[in-house]
Amino acid sequence: MDLMFAALADPTRRAILVRLASGEASVKELAKPFAMSQPAVSKHLKVLERAGLITRGQDAQRRPRRIQGKGLGAATEWLQQFREFWGGSFQRLDDLLEEMKATERKKERRKGRRKES
Amino acid sequence: MRNTGTLQVTLKNDCEVVLTRVFNAPRAMVFEAMTKPELLKRWMGPRGWSLIVSEIDLRVGGRWRSILRSPEGKEMRMSGVYREIDPPERIVSTEAYDDYTGETVNTLLLREENEKTTFTCTVLYPSKDVRDAVIASGMEHGAAECYDRLAEVLEARAGLSLESRA
Repeated sequence: MDLMFAALADPTRRAILVRLASGEASVKELAKPFAMSQPAVSKHLKVLERAGLITRGQDAQRRPRRIQGKGLGAATEWLQQFREFWGGSFQRLDDLLEEMKATERKKERRKGRRKES
Repeated sequence: MRNTGTLQVTLKNDCEVVLTRVFNAPRAMVFEAMTKPELLKRWMGPRGWSLIVSEIDLRVGGRWRSILRSPEGKEMRMSGVYREIDPPERIVSTEAYDDYTGETVNTLLLREENEKTTFTCTVLYPSKDVRDAVIASGMEHGAAECYDRLAEVLEARAGLSLESRA
């Protein structure tokens, strides 16, 4: 788990994952859009691999890397728990706040009328 | 405001999660809704769950306690202590669930602009071990098939973030 969070902490590695999410790619193919040398990309890939986030494909020539869904599952799950808990709660809070605002407006109007009389 | 109604959940680093949400109301009102038990009971809880017990002693050193109940009758108990209170802007409190030992420190910040309030809550886990325990307990609760959410995580803009219309 620690390896995974360390791997995800780097923006280049996250960008590589985003690229791999749309399909496997070789080191050469990955180096191009990131304007990085192949050894630099390889270094990032090694970190991602150790963290269990990517694996190597079968093709011995290209050695394409592909995303490993299981690795990210735990992090996704963690954030998803927050999303589920607070997402629904906040929707109800929106309604409550509208109600509170309406009550407040009514009070203001009453105050206004009292001042006039 | 563009982001009204969108909950953003961001993984800031190894031990911190940041929640951000804009509410279409002044912050004094949001603060009230978040600190008064009778108001909290009207909104807090994941879908179908209800807040059946809410106790709040809103002063530094004061305790809070909540019990949430699922539609199936499962209960989730949480409690903590207030460390800093600065109405209607900031609250720092601890939070622990009865079913695990770790405690988080939550920092709530409310910023108001044009009668809209930006809510930011930073949840700090004391250690990676506690964080991992929390994740593991979440996995046990069943939803292990999160592969379909993978794309959402990866499409995150800044950091590992998730957005939802919620």
